[in-house]
Amino acid sequence: MAITIGLIWVLDIKIGPAPPFGAFLNPSTGFWQNAESKNILPTENLKITGLLDKVTIQYDDHRIPHIFAKNDHDLYLAQGFVTARDRLWEMDIQTRSAAGRLAEIVGPKALDLDRYHRRMGMVYGAENSLKGIMKNPVSKMMVLAYTEGVNSYIHSLAPKDYPLEFKLLNYEPEEWQPINCVFLLKLMSETLAGGSDQFGLTNDLKRFGAKDVNDLFPDYPFHEDPIIPAGTKWNFKPLPIPQPSKGFLAQMTEGIKTKEIVPGIGSNNWAISGSKSASGYPILANDPHLNLTYPSIWYQVQMSSPTVNVCGVSLPGAPGVVIGFNQKISWGVTNVDADILDWYQIKFKDNTKNEYWYNNQWNKVNKRVEVIKVLGEKTVIDTVLYTVHGPVVYDSSTEKAEGRHENIPVGDALRWIAHDESDEFMCFYLLNRGKDYNDYRKALTFFTAPAQNFIFASSDKDIAITPNGKFPLKYKDQGKFVLDGSDPADDWHGWIPYDQNPTVKNPPPGFVRSANESPTDPSYPYYINWRYEQYYRGKRISDKLTAMHNATVDSMRLMQMDNYSILAQDVLPAMLKYLDTTKMHADQLKAYDIIKAWDKHYAANSMGASIFNKWWKKFYDTTWSSNFDDNKVYLKVPSYDRTEKLLLIEPNSKWFDNPATPQKETCADIVNLAFTATIDEMEHKYGKPGEKWQWGNVKETFIDHLASLPGFGTGQFFAGGVGGVINALKNNNGPSWRMVVQMGPTVKGYGVFPGGESGNPGSFFYNDMFTTWRDGKLNELLFLNSAKESSKRIKTTLTLR
Amino acid sequence: MLFLIILILSFAGGYFLPWWIVAIAAFGSAFFIGKTSAQSFWSGFAAVSIGWTVLALFKSIPNDHILASRVVLLFPLPHNWIWLLVITALIGGLVGGMSALSGVLLKKAVEK
Repeated sequence: MAITIGLIWVLDIKIGPAPPFGAFLNPSTGFWQNAESKNILPTENLKITGLLDKVTIQYDDHRIPHIFAKNDHDLYLAQGFVTARDRLWEMDIQTRSAAGRLAEIVGPKALDLDRYHRRMGMVYGAENSLKGIMKNPVSKMMVLAYTEGVNSYIHSLAPKDYPLEFKLLNYEPEEWQPINCVFLLKLMSETLAGGSDQFGLTNDLKRFGAKDVNDLFPDYPFHEDPIIPAGTKWNFKPLPIPQPSKGFLAQMTEGIKTKEIVPGIGSNNWAISGSKSASGYPILANDPHLNLTYPSIWYQVQMSSPTVNVCGVSLPGAPGVVIGFNQKISWGVTNVDADILDWYQIKFKDNTKNEYWYNNQWNKVNKRVEVIKVLGEKTVIDTVLYTVHGPVVYDSSTEKAEGRHENIPVGDALRWIAHDESDEFMCFYLLNRGKDYNDYRKALTFFTAPAQNFIFASSDKDIAITPNGKFPLKYKDQGKFVLDGSDPADDWHGWIPYDQNPTVKNPPPGFVRSANESPTDPSYPYYINWRYEQYYRGKRISDKLTAMHNATVDSMRLMQMDNYSILAQDVLPAMLKYLDTTKMHADQLKAYDIIKAWDKHYAANSMGASIFNKWWKKFYDTTWSSNFDDNKVYLKVPSYDRTEKLLLIEPNSKWFDNPATPQKETCADIVNLAFTATIDEMEHKYGKPGEKWQWGNVKETFIDHLASLPGFGTGQFFAGGVGGVINALKNNNGPSWRMVVQMGPTVKGYGVFPGGESGNPGSFFYNDMFTTWRDGKLNELLFLNSAKESSKRIKTTLTLR
Repeated sequence: MLFLIILILSFAGGYFLPWWIVAIAAFGSAFFIGKTSAQSFWSGFAAVSIGWTVLALFKSIPNDHILASRVVLLFPLPHNWIWLLVITALIGGLVGGMSALSGVLLKKAVEK
């Protein structure tokens, strides 16, 4: 009998990383319950708490909800309810991650990540943002109603109904809080505006001096094609630009390894005016590039009430539609990557770190205590020091985990826009209801961070783009290097007025576009950042759109799948020119012939793409490694753009020379060295030049489950694209949502994301849109005028009361 | 008889009670009507493993086994969902069998 009780107990508890077997495998409450039937109910009625009136939800053939409510409160409540029904675990795990509460459910292995999020001030920032949201009655209504909807769903669940991942990880969903809606925005800020070069560049400055650093890290790139067309006049009187501080170079001596830079990741959007389209009305396209996961970061939805009828994608956990369209306007976003994250060197009075020097006096440090629960271990109490600038993320190097967060300086305070009070939901509230250009401009003034290039097209035939967010007013290059935390002259000096953010409406080329490149040419009076994503995708989009006439939705769709490399166009002829073919063996010659004939498209079946990609990467790495590889000091390596300049016009530059060798290397030496090494490596890994060399095999493309459960993602699949081409699909990062909207008397939207609406691996809608996405096709988006409009595509009508 | 009772209870409990209720059901039934140790164990084993198999299939067949085919990949088992069903039946059987055995043994101890 003791054995029996022991057996049942063992089967009911979680042992190590495995789920509790009895609880997980039994068919009454275990995973079998998550298997959804293929027989879909045509009508469903549910009673939920909090609704003021009846809500009708039409689910279409991709299980996308079309919500029809009689008032806005019910609309956001229903959005919370249906989103939680499909994505509760994703919402839970993402907000836990942002809030630094993962260790609570997975144990000590997540402690470092939790501490990082706590110490970066994610919770502090979310609390501040929530204050801003609660001051605005409209945003407050959205957040509270959405929260109520999520909780209505959670309360309706019995343990057998819990999403699969809760059963696997053996924990229970908890009450949704309004701050969780804000955590989603903080996660976006972290992904899109949470990185920093300041530390590495400051070390560069100490190693190489100002002359070399200015030369290698210029404030405007060698090749550029800014978002606001070069030469656009600024029709405003700028605020006085702050004076630079008297200059300060922070002392940093910590031994930290370098971190690989990943260029080419970002997003695309563009809009063409009626003069370029077949219909005479604008067409807008957007594909934000993010980590691709199951479930997807996006959730498609149509939301309708007497004040709004909008269609597009939302972030599970946040109210409203983030990217989408209504009958009158459409909009989309790409990341700006403004310099809104700065590090300040702090001088403490003594080792107690109770006081720090600022504005010629000692100031008291505020201490914020972070309590981190850890599954199976003692709770960790972490005290974070807050200065006038913000939190000191790591006040001694022992707090950093080995090999992690190398770009974060020790002992420095973080000033980050994500710590500020904000009200982004109001921006989306207004965009969702926008009727024209003026509404669009007004909506943008509510958006703080992460700054986005908001693109716009309307049925009035206007197109526009605005790199937009709350930009700090700074002196030029303020924040390129670590700043002096004691000198108020290094503080942010207020804000660039929203109406002076760069913007352009209906420019002469007949299109607007962005791909994370410089927002403006150097004539813009303010400093936003000194570096942006390189111009490759932006330039290709401009080239294509300039040549385009009578464009249709299909032309836009094909463009989103374009694999042509501007980088290869720029550098390949020069690289081939330097190549010495006289000493090559047969396989090298074969590879040479392949690359010489390559059409510069990163197509899945292209062998040239594989060779070029490795060859360029090797050339780039070899060029800089002799001077920038240092396992003691974290140094920032110059960009691809700067390397191009070196290759194209400075072939005898000192940077090509490896100081460790007696002879003097030049560009030609490095190009040849890189080519030989590329072919050797390829042969070693893929055999003689042949099918295995195809880019789709060489490039590892896959989509993982959010918790990396084996078999719950796609596995590796054969696909083209790379970071620097429009189809920026690389590994598990790329177009997370592709949308094309044809404006006109009747708006028509098309879109797809990799995955499906349901987050349940036991649902037929878990990955039903994947192949459409992979094959470069789009779904026509059902956009209903009313709850009563009939459509063959409606599969289920859900009535909430 | 014992088999039938446990089977019925494991079905009935399967919908709204925690999973380990089948153990109590098997235990109780064997305590009252169990005869020998072997008969009780195998009745409990067969009843719960059949009960669980049927309940699992009831959910999994309309699902075309897409969930079970994914979940089986999490276990060190051959990549076929049927193995997950076998393991489920085995574990259910063991729980049922051991519980029934405990029931009948307790009964014998009490009767002595």
